[in-house]
Amino acid sequence: MASADSDDGAGTDIPLAVKILVAGGFGAGKTTMVGSVSEITPLNTEEFMTEASMGVDDLDGVEDKSTTTVALDFGRITANEQVVLYLFGTPGQGRFWFMWDELAEGALGAVVLADTRRLETCFPSVDFFERRKIPFVVAVNRFDGDCPYTVEEVRQAIDVAEEVPVILGDARDRQSSKRILLALVEHVMRLPSPAMSRGALG
Amino acid sequence: MKHSREQGHDVTERGARLWSAPQRDPSVPQEVRNRDAATPSGGAATLADPEGAGASDSDSGPLVRPYAMTGGRTRSHGDTLDMITIVVAARQNEDWSALEPEHADILRLCGAPISVAELSAQLDIPMTVVKVLLGDLITNGDVRAREPMPTADLPEMNILQAVLDGIRRL
Repeated sequence: MASADSDDGAGTDIPLAVKILVAGGFGAGKTTMVGSVSEITPLNTEEFMTEASMGVDDLDGVEDKSTTTVALDFGRITANEQVVLYLFGTPGQGRFWFMWDELAEGALGAVVLADTRRLETCFPSVDFFERRKIPFVVAVNRFDGDCPYTVEEVRQAIDVAEEVPVILGDARDRQSSKRILLALVEHVMRLPSPAMSRGALG
Repeated sequence: MKHSREQGHDVTERGARLWSAPQRDPSVPQEVRNRDAATPSGGAATLADPEGAGASDSDSGPLVRPYAMTGGRTRSHGDTLDMITIVVAARQNEDWSALEPEHADILRLCGAPISVAELSAQLDIPMTVVKVLLGDLITNGDVRAREPMPTADLPEMNILQAVLDGIRRL
C-alpha cells in the first residue's frame, strides 16, 4: 500500500486517517447524518471513470467512450492530533459497486441507515458489508418522530446476526448521530480481533 | 438460484441476487427476475439506473478538461494514493509561482495536513486528477503523504479509543 515515494508518515506530524461509511438506500438520510456530525460543512467530491473501469456495468455494445461521475459526500471529525475520522456517504447502489470497494477498503466499519417506509432499500448495503466482513450497525432512521416498528421487528426483517447492533436514531440530530457512531465503534472494539476476520478486498 | 439465507421469509433474500447480476444466472426463472425488478433497490433494474443516478451522467461533460491539467497522464505515483491519504507540504512558505498553477493550488492547501478527498472537493477537481497531480508533487519531494490504515492491519485499540473519544467530544 505504501508508495516508494511517500513515507508512511508513522511517527511524523501527519495524522492517520480512518473512515466510517454511511450507507443505505436512496433518501435514507446518509448525507443528513454525515452533515449532522461533521466538523466541516460536508464536502462533495467527484470520482470519474471511463467505460473501461465500469466493470460491472452492462455496457455491451456501447461503442463510445463514455465518462460518468460518482459524487461522494463526506465529512470529517478530528479525533485528536494523530487520528482523523472521515465519514463517507456511499454513492448509489448498482453500477457504483466498484466505488464501494474502494470506499470500503480499510474502513473501520459502516452505518447502514434503514428507512422503515422502504426497509428493503437497505438490504443490498447489509449484504455488501456482511460479505466483506466489514463491521456495521443498522440505524433505523426515524423521519417523523415515531418508528412504527420495534427494534426487534426491524432486526427480524433485516435478518442480521445477533451481535450486530440495531438502534433507533434520527440522522438529523447530532446527538442521535453521535450515538449511532459510538455504537458502531464500540461494536468494532468488542469484536474479538476486528481485522483478522476481515476478508481481503479487491 | 441458491442463497445462503434460506430461512424462508422473503426479506432474508434481500438484495442477494443483485450481486450476481453481472454474471446473470440463466437458471433464474423469469418471474424471479421480474420480482427483483419490481423492488425499488433490490434487483436488476437498479443496476441500470441506481437511485436515478443516471442523471449525473449529464454532468460529465466538463470533466474532459481536468485531464488536460495532467498532460493527458492517467498513471503516476499518485496511483497508490487513497482518497483519505493525508498529505502535507514538505516545506512551508515557498514560492510556488514557478510551478504549474494546479500544482501550486494544491501546495497552498497543503500547509496543514489534508486528505486527497478534501483537496478534490476544495479545488473542485476530480479525485483521479488530484491523485495524478499529487503524485508529481510527491515525486518532486514537495509533498509528504501518509497512507490510511491498510486493510490488513488490525485497527489498534488505541486508534479505536481515539475515534471513540473524538466522537464523544463532538
